[in-house]
Amino acid sequence: MDNSALFMNLLVAVLGGAVRVGTPFLMVSLAECITEKSGRINLGLEGVLVFSAMAGFGGAYLTGNVWLGVLAAGCSGALLALLHGLVCSLPRVNDIAAGIALMLLGSGLAFYLGKPLIQPQAPQIPAIALGEWSSSAQVRAALQINLLFPLGVVLAAVLSWGFKSTRWGLILRMAGDSSDAARALGYSVNGIRIAATTLGGFIAGLGGASLSLYYPGSWNEGLSSGQGLIAVALVIFARWSPLRCLWAALLFGGAGALGPALQSVGISEGYYLFAAVPYVLTLAILIWTCSPSRSLQGAPVELGVSK
Amino acid sequence: MALSDRSREAIESVALPVLAMAGALLLFGVFIAAFGKNPVDAWLLLFKGAFGDWFSWQNTLQRAAPLMLTALCVAIPSRAGLTIIGGEGALVLGGLACASVPYLFTPPANGFGTAILLAASMLAGALWIALAGALRQYRGVNETISSLLLAYTAIALFKHFVEGPMRDPASLNKPSTRPLDEGLRIGGLFATDIHWGLMFGIVACVVLGLWLFFTTSGFATRVVGGNARAARLVGLPSARIILIACAIGGACAGLAGGIEVAAVHTSANASLIAGLGYAGILVAFVARQNPWVIMPVAVLFGGFGSAGSLLQRRLDVPDAAVLVLQGFAFMLILASESLRGRMFLPRAPKLPVPAPAPAPLPTVIKSNV
Repeated sequence: MDNSALFMNLLVAVLGGAVRVGTPFLMVSLAECITEKSGRINLGLEGVLVFSAMAGFGGAYLTGNVWLGVLAAGCSGALLALLHGLVCSLPRVNDIAAGIALMLLGSGLAFYLGKPLIQPQAPQIPAIALGEWSSSAQVRAALQINLLFPLGVVLAAVLSWGFKSTRWGLILRMAGDSSDAARALGYSVNGIRIAATTLGGFIAGLGGASLSLYYPGSWNEGLSSGQGLIAVALVIFARWSPLRCLWAALLFGGAGALGPALQSVGISEGYYLFAAVPYVLTLAILIWTCSPSRSLQGAPVELGVSK
Repeated sequence: MALSDRSREAIESVALPVLAMAGALLLFGVFIAAFGKNPVDAWLLLFKGAFGDWFSWQNTLQRAAPLMLTALCVAIPSRAGLTIIGGEGALVLGGLACASVPYLFTPPANGFGTAILLAASMLAGALWIALAGALRQYRGVNETISSLLLAYTAIALFKHFVEGPMRDPASLNKPSTRPLDEGLRIGGLFATDIHWGLMFGIVACVVLGLWLFFTTSGFATRVVGGNARAARLVGLPSARIILIACAIGGACAGLAGGIEVAAVHTSANASLIAGLGYAGILVAFVARQNPWVIMPVAVLFGGFGSAGSLLQRRLDVPDAAVLVLQGFAFMLILASESLRGRMFLPRAPKLPVPAPAPAPLPTVIKSNV
């Protein structure tokens, strides 16, 4: 194979991978975006993601219906996030520490309950084949789009509009920007934050479903490798805008797909180093966007992460 | 009887974690029962597997050693005001550094050689965590996120070197580095299975506790962590103090990795990535970031860890049962903090004070980050 063909194959694999790997990133970053807009950080989305991936896989396997599985993933994600919201509403509980605890609890519960699910096969989320026009098998494989991806795109647009132009979006942002103002207007700040965290948990659960029911498409204990956590950084990078979350998720999906793409064209040297690209990229972006002297542009005022 | 404020605080600081742990065990029992197992059996097995006989005590103490060190990696930076949760990364890099020294030169096969290996581990860990501290201090990057990202990066580096350039061709099924020379390994403590790592852990906890509570630089560290503005106003070199605290914590976690390699695995391989760094976070939080309290708490969680396999065998539950218990414990420990100051209704008589305004949430969030 000559070099340009090799490069084209690589490019197609990375672009296809960007959507495939990026879907969970997109969901989790939208989830984190909602939570953070309300003034709280949910570092535990990593645990939510793992748990909901297990629940989604279990649901699809037991009922034989993939969409019931997706629903199970969303609901279990919401349940776990609700726990985070409630615990953080107690006085003197730090949301970052609660997130670390949720990370541990979520993966513990998932590994415990998911033990019998490691072997079996579950129905998969159907894909839209956008690449039928092409004669190349690789292009066709790359353009198989997970149905959850368009859902995520719509969700990003709806959230972006909702934050700006609806009453609920305004209340949510107010809780995140000035809890005093929200309280003065008679809203329960904790109530808003619990609702936002729970809704975020549901969306993150859809990301979990994308992991276990589409790509990689099975349940095992190494399924999520920090996507939930990267999402926190991704939201900072996207400066709390749902639409920018979409581009950021695609970028990270592409970075995550680099290792497998290189392997698919026969380069397996340094596989693990390429696997580390998303983390290093996240760090680089954080270093680039953060500053010690000012808080970040667009950051919800009440948020601790940008301080 | 009215208690004085001081004694009430003292009772609370013991009673709250104990109550939280009891609650976690109770919840764990409910969880086990919900899946059709006998919770009483589970509790008994937990106790038996952890502290039932000399064999389980040895196992428990062996597991407690790295937990003490990784917990220090959370506790010391937290005293300087940083929430570092990337101890796992420092641990695996420490293990890698320990195993890589013989690739560079042949260290003397005696105690001095072991010291060189462990020093390399500590250096690797210290640099890794200090990097997270430096990013926080000079670039304002949230250290919780960066330390965890650094941990994932460290694990990737570890796998790259162990399965690539440093792989021992003789390790077929399980990629490993070349095994350490017999003379470099860390042996048992007084002819038991417990290795010297436990001693390192205890010494580190005791010494760092003394440093924190009884020295000027330890006090300065606590001032920086307690109130960064006050520290700046009195002219403390915050940046240097934060970096040193991170480096100390990282050195501890790195040492844990080095000890695990030199005493348990004898080479760097995937067994090292066993979540010891994450369990250390829990230990540090339960111990309320106090190095002395870390020791008994690490023994307790080391015990739960060693009971896990017994639980798995006898009760036929997944080995993640211990993780579930840890998760419950962590949540309840955090939730129990909200009871602080409210446990005892009969308060010492106080001067009438105006009803306190509801604490504004932002200060709660900001002061802890």
